[in-house]
Amino acid sequence: MKKTLPSMLRMLAAAAALAAGGPALADGALLVNGAGATFPFPLYSKWFSEYGKLHPEVRFNYQSIGSGGGIQQITNGTVDFGASDAPMTDEELARAPGVVHVPTVLGAVVVTYNAPIPSLRLTADAVAGIFLGRIQRWDDPALAAVNPGVKLPSTPIAVVHRSDGSGTTAIFTDYLAKVSPEWRQRVGAGKSVRWPAGLGAKGNEGVTGLVKQTPGAVGYVELAYANQNRLAMAELRNRDGAFVKPTIESTSAAAGGVTMPDDFRVSITDARGKDAWPLASFTYLLVPRDQKDAAKGKALVEFLWWAAHDGQRLAAPLDYAPLPAQVVEKVSARLKTLSVQGRPVDLASSR
Amino acid sequence: MPPPADLAGAAAPDLAPARWRPANVGDRAWAALLTLLGGTALVVAGVIVLSLVDLARPLGAKVAISRFLLGSDWNPVAESFGALPFVYGTLVTSAVAILVALPVSVGLAVFLVEMGPKALRPVVSFLVETLAAIPSVVYGLWGLFVLVPWLRESVEPRLGAALGFLPLFRGPPIGLGYLAAGLLLAIMILPTIASVTIEVLKTTPPALREGALALGATRWEAIRTAVLPYGRAGIVGAALLGLGRALGETMAVTMVIGNSPEISASLFAPGYSLPSIIANEFSEATGGVHVAALAALGLVLFGLTVALNAAARLLVAAVRAGPQGRAA
Repeated sequence: MKKTLPSMLRMLAAAAALAAGGPALADGALLVNGAGATFPFPLYSKWFSEYGKLHPEVRFNYQSIGSGGGIQQITNGTVDFGASDAPMTDEELARAPGVVHVPTVLGAVVVTYNAPIPSLRLTADAVAGIFLGRIQRWDDPALAAVNPGVKLPSTPIAVVHRSDGSGTTAIFTDYLAKVSPEWRQRVGAGKSVRWPAGLGAKGNEGVTGLVKQTPGAVGYVELAYANQNRLAMAELRNRDGAFVKPTIESTSAAAGGVTMPDDFRVSITDARGKDAWPLASFTYLLVPRDQKDAAKGKALVEFLWWAAHDGQRLAAPLDYAPLPAQVVEKVSARLKTLSVQGRPVDLASSR
Repeated sequence: MPPPADLAGAAAPDLAPARWRPANVGDRAWAALLTLLGGTALVVAGVIVLSLVDLARPLGAKVAISRFLLGSDWNPVAESFGALPFVYGTLVTSAVAILVALPVSVGLAVFLVEMGPKALRPVVSFLVETLAAIPSVVYGLWGLFVLVPWLRESVEPRLGAALGFLPLFRGPPIGLGYLAAGLLLAIMILPTIASVTIEVLKTTPPALREGALALGATRWEAIRTAVLPYGRAGIVGAALLGLGRALGETMAVTMVIGNSPEISASLFAPGYSLPSIIANEFSEATGGVHVAALAALGLVLFGLTVALNAAARLLVAAVRAGPQGRAA
């Protein structure tokens, strides 16, 4: 493509503006910067590109550096919004006053396995037992009890977990700490924990690779990743005693099974509800309650409104679970409380 | 310092110290520039250490240094941090790597320089250098999907059956672990050691080799008594270059070591290394103490590298003095 002199000058000007930290782009578009979680990155990219078609005057730049980095950067104010899979702790929030959690979609974690069992059912105790290293064989009575009529092989179970710090591990261990007192005491919950058993592999792809090549292996990965790679997934017995399959619908159902606090900082693992998948979690965008930059702030709040409404239908095709209606309502109410330089944003026009 | 123009007109050039002459201004500027460039390395290393120390400071309030260095418990949830399993894993995998890679590389170098057909040399050199150019994540993938299953299904069961009386080769064959990481590292450092050794052996004066042959030595005796002793210091240096790479390798090791912070005598057991734990946990570490503990592990790795480098220098010096001392 041949570049004319004026267009080259414009590019130079844009580069200079970027270097100076200014938000203006070559074509006068506004640049909103964000950073954080890797898990929702595919969906956010899709959102930014679809939203860009509707509002060409706004561009988003999102760096998927991990939830920890997202929290750090919004705390330091180096980005316009952060993103995290786990809600910020009280301690973290104290260091970042005025940061608001906005749930965008839900993610789920599934238990995947490599054994000649067409459909495996697990109770919460069994999952804890396996990952504590107490249940060591596939034909353990604890597994046989809930899998009547299934021929369980008499082979050892090999546990595989994530070695890198990750939101997936946080969801999984949060669940185990809720359902198993022994787990809570010996291991606890977090993005990196001291595993009582098994091998560590890096990333969803590492866990999947290891599970696939190790006969008798059990691991946990994100639902989206498991769906895309057609992995064998175990059914889990949820809090209401029903065995559920991990699906987008059962993940969304988990968000309906908890009382939602006003700041959305809530764990929805082991949720109530007959259809609720017990290993689900929100993923959040972190934004300042009061936006300092008038133009950027308005653009960001309008985008969040769009994401909570029109954006939700883009979630399922990418294997993310959309927010259930009652959560969307609550998010809408929260977005109306956001302000730009002290003045509320008029969101009526975005409806 | 007087301006150079004054000195240009000075009547007694023999009295003025040589370095004051105007012709030397360029030299002096050049020397200053080089000093600056040389100093940059020191400054960069210093800044890295200082910022790591700064980052690691919050750990001091939580865990005593001795408990950190000698502790073997790593539990970010309980904020209990011990570096020993990682130091151990790093040292064990590097040792396995050197033990495997050194004989292979020296043998390869001797074959190429002393025995192999001349036409083969560039081909083999090219292949060895290609090994060095493969990115470590590719080594890691290969390790995970080829080396590990092979170890699990063929090598480890057989080693266990034959040498199971040694604690080194006990335990269930998992595939992932110290042995996998060590072997993968051996392949990765082989090109470094081999290519340096080849260059070292090439410098053997022909007179030495021919002298040995003329005295009735066989080819093997000539290599053993003349060529290898001459290159000994260089070969030790080559091994240490390889060791340096093995200590710091992150990606490939992470993929095959099993990432389990435990200390086991068996090479079949999964372990953990210093670079691996930092790479694994840093990006999602949010608590100040966790980040501090990872930074402290960075310092430990830095210290380990410095210590091994120092030991290496001493070893090279000792080796260099050795044969000459005997010859005198």
